[in-house]
Amino acid sequence: MSEVGHTESVSTGSAEISVVLVDEPERRFGSEVAHFAIRNTKFLIGLSVVLFFLVLAIVGPWLTDAEPFEFGFPTGEPPSSEYWLGTTAPGQDVFAQFVYGLRASFVVGAVAGLVAATIGMAVGFTAGYRGGVIDDVLSMLTNVVLVIPTLAVLIIVSAYLSVSSLLGEAVLIGLTSWPWAARAIRAQTFTLTSREFVSLARLSGRRGGKIIVTEIAPNMSSYLFLVMILLFGSSILIAATLDFLGLGPANVMSLGLMLNLAVSNAALQLGMWWWFIPPGIAITAIVGGLYVLNVGLDEVFNPKLRET
Amino acid sequence: MTRYLARKITIYLLTFFVAVTIDWAIPRLMPGNPIDGLISRINADPAASEELHGFFTKSFELDQPLWKQYVNFWWGLLHGDLGPSIAYVGSRVDELIWAALPYTLALLVPAIVLSYIAGNRVGAMAARRKVLDNTVLPVAYVLTATPYVFLALLLAYFVAFQWQLLPVSGAYDFSLQPAWTPEFAQSFLSHWILPFLSLFLVSFGGWAIGMRNLIIYELEADYANYLQSLGTPNRLVRKYAYSNAVLPQMTGLALALGVIVGGALVTEIVYGYPGVGSLLLTAIQNRDYFLLQGIFLFIIIGVLIANFVVDLLYVVVDPRTRTGLQGQQ
Repeated sequence: MSEVGHTESVSTGSAEISVVLVDEPERRFGSEVAHFAIRNTKFLIGLSVVLFFLVLAIVGPWLTDAEPFEFGFPTGEPPSSEYWLGTTAPGQDVFAQFVYGLRASFVVGAVAGLVAATIGMAVGFTAGYRGGVIDDVLSMLTNVVLVIPTLAVLIIVSAYLSVSSLLGEAVLIGLTSWPWAARAIRAQTFTLTSREFVSLARLSGRRGGKIIVTEIAPNMSSYLFLVMILLFGSSILIAATLDFLGLGPANVMSLGLMLNLAVSNAALQLGMWWWFIPPGIAITAIVGGLYVLNVGLDEVFNPKLRET
Repeated sequence: MTRYLARKITIYLLTFFVAVTIDWAIPRLMPGNPIDGLISRINADPAASEELHGFFTKSFELDQPLWKQYVNFWWGLLHGDLGPSIAYVGSRVDELIWAALPYTLALLVPAIVLSYIAGNRVGAMAARRKVLDNTVLPVAYVLTATPYVFLALLLAYFVAFQWQLLPVSGAYDFSLQPAWTPEFAQSFLSHWILPFLSLFLVSFGGWAIGMRNLIIYELEADYANYLQSLGTPNRLVRKYAYSNAVLPQMTGLALALGVIVGGALVTEIVYGYPGVGSLLLTAIQNRDYFLLQGIFLFIIIGVLIANFVVDLLYVVVDPRTRTGLQGQQ
């Protein structure tokens, strides 16, 4: 729900008006972003934290022979050189659970974020560009879905459907978390629609869908990117909550499920901190990293926000 | 103002209608017969299954035409009848939720109000003040990124189990009965602090960041520059900036309500606090669908009421809504 005071300056290049100028501003814009990005500490910190966990999620499962649900390890052992993150009370390898859980978090975040962004863009672009009755109907729909607490709907839906796959969980999360994105995109589209280059494209007889794709979307690409990052982060948080409640897929190890198992197996009372601290820190670090990355990128895209 | 409120109320009524319809439709949209699904999960012996089958058919009223089921659902709802509980045999869903609700509200209301006030104050102070900004902002980012579950686990683990400073589990000592005695009040308070603190801290971070960014934005606005060039004291400029920054924060408050409610549910589960969250866990574990549906409705109604309260406050804070010029989007 970032209030991004946005973008007079981002990409003034308009493909439609002048063919000669098409290339020039685009390339300058790209190198300018890179120039400010590598000098922005927030961007760099956020990016490295997220990348660190992403790499761990990708290579981690190859570093261990243990399966996340495999029993037969010593019970309740603290971290050691043999079991890097210790073992659980019933005798499972925490490191294996952790790296597979990380994978699950990234998959859910990416898929749910994509689904939500797609719906949000479809609704936001249409409402903002068409205006009139279509806008009224879509805005009403957005407002209604916005007020319904996402988690409540997810709880009841996943309890009845008993979700059994990660993708199912991700799609459900995506289907419920798009409204604020739709609202933000609608507002942006609204301001862009009144610009000359859009009117010109309209006069040239282009169809609305094409104008949105070629004129409006590229001019708010940085904004869309920020929206995607926020959706990605919030999806990871929602998934963790659902998994903690035991409403995620039971056959897929996730960070939220680790917390659920730790609590229900009295890890707190037994003092087994290695069972719930790593997954908790991972979620916090990934989501926090995404937020900081987002703020950094915002400064990169929007000269008004740069501090120096 | 009437137009503004009328618009809001329309949205809330529509939302309530949609939510109730979802609540009604989901069990009936489920692939296959919902009753068979339920019974196979409950794992009863054949004789009991037979009994259950009759019970569920009657409870869901599946033997009746769809429109009648729908009308009956609303009828029951408006009479406060949410069906029988499966997990707590012999109890009605509405009784169970009403009994749990005070505990949840005792956590939620102070956590929402105090974190909003404190977060906004601290965020406003931190804006454009190097030292404060560099200390408060990182902490706020970490707090707001922390899942409610995890902060609750951390506090419970360290404060309650490692250092033994405060008790956990339950809302008061098991040897006591609820009564207006100092002893009970003290026990209640000591059980209340940790879950309250977990909720408070996470939301605090979000408000502080939001307010800090908004104040910076406002201080760059023309009116702030103009005031400064007139030699207006900094304190006064900041005060004006604050009044303007409060508006988007209030919109944010309405949006964040659902998330905080979700946070309260999981926090209660971690601390074994006997509110709606713990009830929800029992409902999930026992596949108590009537209870789940009831909790869903209560959450929706609660969030809608809270939204409306925010709207009313908005009328107080933003004069434009009163004159009908424009209002919260």
